[in-house]
Amino acid sequence: MCWYIERLMASPIETSAYKRTLYRGGSGMWSWILHRGSGLAVLGFLFLHVLDTSLVMFGPKAYNTMARIYESALFRPLEVVLMFLVIYHAFNGLRVILIDFWSRGVRYENLLNRAVMGITLILFVPSAFIMLR
Amino acid sequence: MSVEQAYNNHFRPEDPPRSSEVWTWFFMRLSGLALVFLVLGHMAIMHVIGGGVDRVDFDFVASRWNGALWRTYDWLLLVLALAHGALGARTAIHDHLHRKGLNRFATTALYLIVAFMAAVGTFVILTFDVSRFT
Repeated sequence: MCWYIERLMASPIETSAYKRTLYRGGSGMWSWILHRGSGLAVLGFLFLHVLDTSLVMFGPKAYNTMARIYESALFRPLEVVLMFLVIYHAFNGLRVILIDFWSRGVRYENLLNRAVMGITLILFVPSAFIMLR
Repeated sequence: MSVEQAYNNHFRPEDPPRSSEVWTWFFMRLSGLALVFLVLGHMAIMHVIGGGVDRVDFDFVASRWNGALWRTYDWLLLVLALAHGALGARTAIHDHLHRKGLNRFATTALYLIVAFMAAVGTFVILTFDVSRFT
Protein backbone atom coordinates (compact mmCIF):
# COMPACT_ATOMS: atom_id res chain seq x y z
CA MET A 1 0.00 0.00 0.00
CA CYS A 2 2.86 2.41 0.82
CA TRP A 3 4.25 2.60 -2.71
CA TYR A 4 0.81 3.58 -3.81
CA ILE A 5 0.49 6.49 -1.39
CA GLU A 6 3.97 7.71 -2.24
CA ARG A 7 3.18 7.67 -5.92
CA LEU A 8 -0.02 9.61 -5.39
CA MET A 9 1.68 12.19 -3.17
CA ALA A 10 4.51 12.65 -5.66
CA SER A 11 2.07 13.02 -8.52
CA PRO A 12 3.06 15.76 -10.97
CA ILE A 13 -0.56 16.68 -11.55
CA GLU A 14 -0.67 20.32 -10.51
CA THR A 15 -4.02 21.46 -11.77
CA SER A 16 -6.34 18.80 -10.43
CA ALA A 17 -8.59 18.86 -7.42
CA TYR A 18 -6.01 16.71 -5.73
CA LYS A 19 -3.46 19.50 -5.51
CA ARG A 20 -5.89 22.30 -4.81
CA THR A 21 -7.91 20.87 -1.97
CA LEU A 22 -8.37 17.53 -0.38
CA TYR A 23 -6.46 14.55 -1.48
CA ARG A 24 -2.82 15.10 -0.46
CA GLY A 25 -1.81 12.61 2.16
CA GLY A 26 -3.00 12.72 5.74
CA SER A 27 -6.50 11.79 6.80
CA GLY A 28 -8.00 12.81 3.45
CA MET A 29 -5.79 10.36 1.60
CA TRP A 30 -6.51 7.53 3.99
CA SER A 31 -10.24 8.09 3.88
CA TRP A 32 -10.06 8.18 0.09
CA ILE A 33 -8.28 4.81 -0.01
CA LEU A 34 -10.65 3.29 2.55
CA HIS A 35 -13.67 4.62 0.66
CA ARG A 36 -12.53 3.17 -2.64
CA GLY A 37 -11.40 -0.13 -1.14
CA SER A 38 -14.60 -0.60 0.87
CA GLY A 39 -16.75 0.35 -2.12
CA LEU A 40 -15.09 -2.19 -4.41
CA ALA A 41 -15.17 -4.91 -1.74
CA VAL A 42 -18.87 -4.34 -1.02
CA LEU A 43 -19.63 -4.35 -4.78
CA GLY A 44 -17.83 -7.71 -5.03
CA PHE A 45 -19.95 -9.09 -2.22
CA LEU A 46 -23.09 -7.65 -3.82
CA PHE A 47 -22.43 -9.75 -6.95
CA LEU A 48 -22.03 -12.85 -4.79
CA HIS A 49 -25.11 -11.93 -2.75
CA VAL A 50 -27.36 -11.63 -5.84
CA LEU A 51 -26.31 -15.15 -6.84
CA ASP A 52 -26.69 -16.70 -3.37
CA THR A 53 -30.12 -15.12 -2.85
CA SER A 54 -31.27 -16.41 -6.24
CA LEU A 55 -30.87 -19.94 -4.83
CA VAL A 56 -34.28 -19.25 -3.29
CA MET A 57 -35.69 -20.13 -6.73
CA PHE A 58 -34.38 -23.69 -6.34
CA GLY A 59 -36.27 -24.38 -3.13
CA PRO A 60 -35.64 -24.69 0.62
CA LYS A 61 -32.89 -27.31 0.37
CA ALA A 62 -30.63 -25.29 -1.92
CA TYR A 63 -31.19 -22.01 -0.08
CA ASN A 64 -30.75 -23.41 3.42
CA THR A 65 -27.54 -25.24 2.49
CA MET A 66 -26.11 -21.91 1.34
CA ALA A 67 -27.41 -20.08 4.44
CA ARG A 68 -25.74 -22.64 6.73
CA ILE A 69 -22.40 -22.11 5.01
CA TYR A 70 -22.71 -18.34 5.60
CA GLU A 71 -23.54 -18.96 9.26
CA SER A 72 -20.46 -21.15 9.76
CA ALA A 73 -17.44 -20.05 11.79
CA LEU A 74 -15.50 -19.54 8.58
CA PHE A 75 -17.79 -16.77 7.32
CA ARG A 76 -18.58 -15.05 10.64
CA PRO A 77 -15.47 -12.85 10.58
CA LEU A 78 -16.26 -11.87 6.99
CA GLU A 79 -19.75 -10.83 8.04
CA VAL A 80 -18.18 -8.56 10.67
CA VAL A 81 -15.73 -7.13 8.13
CA LEU A 82 -18.59 -6.47 5.72
CA MET A 83 -20.50 -4.64 8.45
CA PHE A 84 -17.50 -2.39 9.13
CA LEU A 85 -16.92 -1.63 5.45
CA VAL A 86 -20.59 -0.80 4.85
CA ILE A 87 -20.91 1.48 7.88
CA TYR A 88 -17.64 3.25 7.10
CA HIS A 89 -18.51 3.71 3.44
CA ALA A 90 -21.97 5.05 4.32
CA PHE A 91 -20.77 7.71 6.75
CA ASN A 92 -17.69 8.64 4.78
CA GLY A 93 -20.01 9.06 1.81
CA LEU A 94 -22.09 11.49 3.86
CA ARG A 95 -18.86 13.36 4.64
CA VAL A 96 -18.10 13.57 0.91
CA ILE A 97 -21.59 14.97 0.29
CA LEU A 98 -21.11 17.54 3.07
CA ILE A 99 -17.75 18.65 1.65
CA ASP A 100 -19.25 18.95 -1.84
CA PHE A 101 -22.44 20.81 -0.97
CA TRP A 102 -21.75 22.64 2.27
CA SER A 103 -19.63 25.74 1.70
CA ARG A 104 -17.76 25.26 4.98
CA GLY A 105 -17.34 21.50 4.53
CA VAL A 106 -13.70 21.72 3.44
CA ARG A 107 -12.77 23.82 6.49
CA TYR A 108 -14.06 21.12 8.83
CA GLU A 109 -12.59 18.28 6.81
CA ASN A 110 -10.47 16.89 9.63
CA LEU A 111 -13.21 17.18 12.20
CA LEU A 112 -15.61 15.44 9.80
CA ASN A 113 -13.07 12.67 9.28
CA ARG A 114 -12.84 12.04 12.99
CA ALA A 115 -16.62 12.19 13.30
CA VAL A 116 -16.94 9.55 10.57
CA MET A 117 -14.51 7.25 12.40
CA GLY A 118 -16.30 7.91 15.69
CA ILE A 119 -19.79 7.18 14.35
CA THR A 120 -18.49 4.13 12.48
CA LEU A 121 -17.01 2.68 15.66
CA ILE A 122 -20.07 3.56 17.78
CA LEU A 123 -22.31 1.64 15.37
CA PHE A 124 -19.83 -1.09 14.45
CA VAL A 125 -18.64 -2.28 17.88
CA PRO A 126 -22.08 -3.14 19.33
CA SER A 127 -23.27 -4.73 16.07
CA ALA A 128 -20.08 -6.80 15.84
CA PHE A 129 -20.64 -7.87 19.44
CA ILE A 130 -24.21 -8.95 18.64
CA MET A 131 -23.16 -10.77 15.43
CA LEU A 132 -20.37 -12.71 17.18
CA ARG A 133 -22.46 -13.68 20.20
CA MET B 1 -25.50 25.86 -4.67
CA SER B 2 -26.27 24.37 -8.08
CA VAL B 3 -25.14 20.91 -9.06
CA GLU B 4 -22.74 22.29 -11.67
CA GLN B 5 -21.27 24.71 -9.14
CA ALA B 6 -20.70 22.03 -6.53
CA TYR B 7 -19.08 19.84 -9.15
CA ASN B 8 -16.84 22.65 -10.40
CA ASN B 9 -15.56 23.32 -6.88
CA HIS B 10 -13.68 20.05 -7.18
CA PHE B 11 -12.63 20.09 -10.80
CA ARG B 12 -10.97 22.64 -13.00
CA PRO B 13 -13.59 25.24 -13.84
CA GLU B 14 -11.63 26.26 -16.95
CA ASP B 15 -12.13 22.74 -18.27
CA PRO B 16 -15.90 22.29 -18.25
CA PRO B 17 -16.93 18.64 -17.98
CA ARG B 18 -19.47 16.94 -20.17
CA SER B 19 -22.90 17.38 -18.67
CA SER B 20 -23.38 13.61 -18.51
CA GLU B 21 -20.37 13.48 -16.16
CA VAL B 22 -21.88 16.15 -13.93
CA TRP B 23 -25.10 14.16 -13.66
CA THR B 24 -23.21 10.93 -13.04
CA TRP B 25 -21.36 12.68 -10.24
CA PHE B 26 -24.64 14.02 -8.84
CA PHE B 27 -26.32 10.62 -9.11
CA MET B 28 -23.54 9.13 -6.97
CA ARG B 29 -24.43 11.60 -4.18
CA LEU B 30 -28.18 11.13 -4.56
CA SER B 31 -28.13 7.31 -4.73
CA GLY B 32 -25.51 7.26 -1.97
CA LEU B 33 -27.78 9.22 0.31
CA ALA B 34 -30.69 6.85 -0.35
CA LEU B 35 -28.42 3.82 0.09
CA VAL B 36 -27.27 5.00 3.52
CA PHE B 37 -30.80 4.32 4.74
CA LEU B 38 -31.59 1.31 2.54
CA VAL B 39 -28.32 -0.55 3.17
CA LEU B 40 -27.99 0.22 6.88
CA GLY B 41 -31.67 -0.73 7.31
CA HIS B 42 -31.03 -3.99 5.46
CA MET B 43 -27.89 -4.75 7.50
CA ALA B 44 -29.65 -3.96 10.78
CA ILE B 45 -32.63 -6.21 9.99
CA MET B 46 -30.62 -9.10 8.56
CA HIS B 47 -27.55 -9.09 10.80
CA VAL B 48 -28.28 -7.36 14.11
CA ILE B 49 -31.93 -7.16 15.12
CA GLY B 50 -34.05 -10.22 15.96
CA GLY B 51 -31.39 -12.92 15.85
CA GLY B 52 -29.28 -11.88 12.86
CA VAL B 53 -28.39 -14.24 10.03
CA ASP B 54 -29.03 -17.33 12.19
CA ARG B 55 -32.76 -17.00 11.57
CA VAL B 56 -32.46 -16.17 7.89
CA ASP B 57 -33.52 -19.24 5.92
CA PHE B 58 -35.86 -20.15 3.08
CA ASP B 59 -39.02 -19.69 5.21
CA PHE B 60 -37.78 -16.31 6.40
CA VAL B 61 -37.27 -15.08 2.83
CA ALA B 62 -40.59 -16.60 1.72
CA SER B 63 -42.57 -14.81 4.44
CA ARG B 64 -40.64 -11.58 3.86
CA TRP B 65 -41.47 -11.65 0.17
CA ASN B 66 -45.10 -12.47 0.89
CA GLY B 67 -46.19 -8.91 0.11
CA ALA B 68 -45.08 -6.13 -2.19
CA LEU B 69 -43.44 -3.95 0.48
CA TRP B 70 -40.20 -5.88 1.06
CA ARG B 71 -39.98 -6.93 -2.56
CA THR B 72 -40.06 -3.24 -3.48
CA TYR B 73 -37.51 -2.40 -0.77
CA ASP B 74 -35.18 -5.18 -1.91
CA TRP B 75 -35.53 -4.31 -5.58
CA LEU B 76 -34.78 -0.63 -4.93
CA LEU B 77 -31.78 -1.69 -2.86
CA LEU B 78 -30.62 -4.01 -5.64
CA VAL B 79 -30.92 -1.48 -8.45
CA LEU B 80 -29.50 1.51 -6.58
CA ALA B 81 -26.61 -0.50 -5.13
CA LEU B 82 -25.73 -1.96 -8.54
CA ALA B 83 -25.91 1.44 -10.26
CA HIS B 84 -23.93 3.16 -7.49
CA GLY B 85 -21.39 0.34 -7.43
CA ALA B 86 -21.05 0.25 -11.21
CA LEU B 87 -20.40 3.99 -11.46
CA GLY B 88 -17.97 3.85 -8.51
CA ALA B 89 -16.05 0.97 -10.06
CA ARG B 90 -16.07 2.84 -13.37
CA THR B 91 -14.31 5.76 -11.65
CA ALA B 92 -11.80 3.35 -10.11
CA ILE B 93 -11.11 1.80 -13.54
CA HIS B 94 -10.69 5.29 -15.01
CA ASP B 95 -8.22 6.20 -12.24
CA HIS B 96 -6.12 3.07 -12.17
CA LEU B 97 -6.24 1.34 -15.56
CA HIS B 98 -4.56 3.64 -18.03
CA ARG B 99 -3.83 1.20 -20.85
CA LYS B 100 -6.61 1.78 -23.35
CA GLY B 101 -7.32 -1.86 -24.17
CA LEU B 102 -7.32 -2.94 -20.54
CA ASN B 103 -9.49 0.02 -19.57
CA ARG B 104 -12.06 -0.81 -22.23
CA PHE B 105 -12.02 -4.51 -21.37
CA ALA B 106 -12.57 -3.84 -17.66
CA THR B 107 -15.34 -1.32 -18.28
CA THR B 108 -17.15 -3.66 -20.68
CA ALA B 109 -16.80 -6.60 -18.29
CA LEU B 110 -18.10 -4.44 -15.42
CA TYR B 111 -21.19 -3.33 -17.33
CA LEU B 112 -21.93 -6.88 -18.52
CA ILE B 113 -21.66 -8.30 -14.99
CA VAL B 114 -23.81 -5.51 -13.53
CA ALA B 115 -26.46 -5.94 -16.25
CA PHE B 116 -26.49 -9.69 -15.61
CA MET B 117 -26.84 -9.16 -11.83
CA ALA B 118 -29.65 -6.65 -12.32
CA ALA B 119 -31.48 -9.06 -14.63
CA VAL B 120 -31.08 -12.08 -12.30
CA GLY B 121 -32.01 -10.10 -9.19
CA THR B 122 -35.05 -8.49 -10.82
CA PHE B 123 -36.22 -11.85 -12.16
CA VAL B 124 -35.92 -13.50 -8.72
CA ILE B 125 -37.67 -10.69 -6.83
CA LEU B 126 -40.50 -10.47 -9.39
CA THR B 127 -41.15 -14.16 -9.99
CA PHE B 128 -40.40 -15.92 -6.69
CA ASP B 129 -43.47 -17.96 -5.79
CA VAL B 130 -43.42 -19.95 -2.56
CA SER B 131 -46.43 -22.08 -3.58
CA ARG B 132 -44.14 -23.96 -5.97
CA PHE B 133 -42.43 -25.52 -2.95
CA THR B 134 -45.31 -26.26 -0.56
